[in-house]
Amino acid sequence: MRDTDPWTLVVILALAGVTVIARSFFFLSSRHWSLPRWAERGLQYAPVAALSAVVVPEILSTQGELIATWKDARLFSAAAGALAYFWRRNVLLTIVAGMLVYLPLHVGLGW
Amino acid sequence: MFFDALLRRHPEFRIGVRDMAPQAPGIAAWGLMTGVAMVKSGLSTLEAAAMALFVFAGSSQLASLPLIVAGAPAWVILATGFCVNLRFVVFSLHLRAYLVHLPLWRRLTHGYLTADMSYALFTQRFGAPATDAQDSLRQEAYLAGNCCVNWTSWVGASLVGIALANLIPTTWGLGFAGILCLVGILCSLATTRLRIVAAAVAGAAAIAAYALPLKLNIVVAIAVAVILCMTLERSPRLAGSRA
Repeated sequence: MRDTDPWTLVVILALAGVTVIARSFFFLSSRHWSLPRWAERGLQYAPVAALSAVVVPEILSTQGELIATWKDARLFSAAAGALAYFWRRNVLLTIVAGMLVYLPLHVGLGW
Repeated sequence: MFFDALLRRHPEFRIGVRDMAPQAPGIAAWGLMTGVAMVKSGLSTLEAAAMALFVFAGSSQLASLPLIVAGAPAWVILATGFCVNLRFVVFSLHLRAYLVHLPLWRRLTHGYLTADMSYALFTQRFGAPATDAQDSLRQEAYLAGNCCVNWTSWVGASLVGIALANLIPTTWGLGFAGILCLVGILCSLATTRLRIVAAAVAGAAAIAAYALPLKLNIVVAIAVAVILCMTLERSPRLAGSRA
């Protein structure tokens, strides 16, 4: 918890603008136009790359230092979450399974 | 568009609500955890509430959290948010034929409110865009009903999560639920071999380039992964094969 930062609020409102632009991208203009071929190909990979770039350092590193111990609750929790996803294809189950592994290890054992 | 009485009174609105209702608990649970994660990762209550009310895009909210807390510059946060949202750009290409005849502000409002689940249900119910005004209104009313349930359950649950988060000690590390949620979405997007390659490369590059200032490691990682995969596409063994 911290105090509200006006600049962060501005960024949050701009993120709302990003939502509008991304979700309406191809009907922002009613004139016909199309994306260049290379950009369309790039669209295949950018979302998965962006998510992974955010998520992986949050699991495998502490402030950018690759973790040196296997005694880290995040490792086991993320693995359990991914397994749960591929078992039932359900994001909710991923969170539940991951937290069921995370909380005992993190709060109980201090990993 | 559920605040438009004309759409709300249309019988198709009810059908839209009914079709979305079974998804509501799942959306609400995700919204609840996002609300908790926003506060636990360090946003103030007001900032978290503004995010829940206006951004209305779980994955971009969660992806921007570590960047906001680390004090990354606005353009990096917005660019990351946009990249995470690129799947909606693909959806908008599909939805264009259904919505393009509407006035600009109606198009934008429909676009803004149409998240993953509404897109899936809407395009499932209407295989082709309407050809006359009556049908077009029908489709709009269905979409509005759909989005109404989605928006209410997401925003309502997020606000509950924000309120409850303050009662839970930070040491529990509940913010990690947000990362787990992104892990789930990440798994759901990794549908082809090349996309798995993109995820692995981007993850490794993001750690390798972590020392870069301004959280530029995220931008570098996306660029490296996308360029590499577009190059690998030329290899017939990898391209087009499902994982």
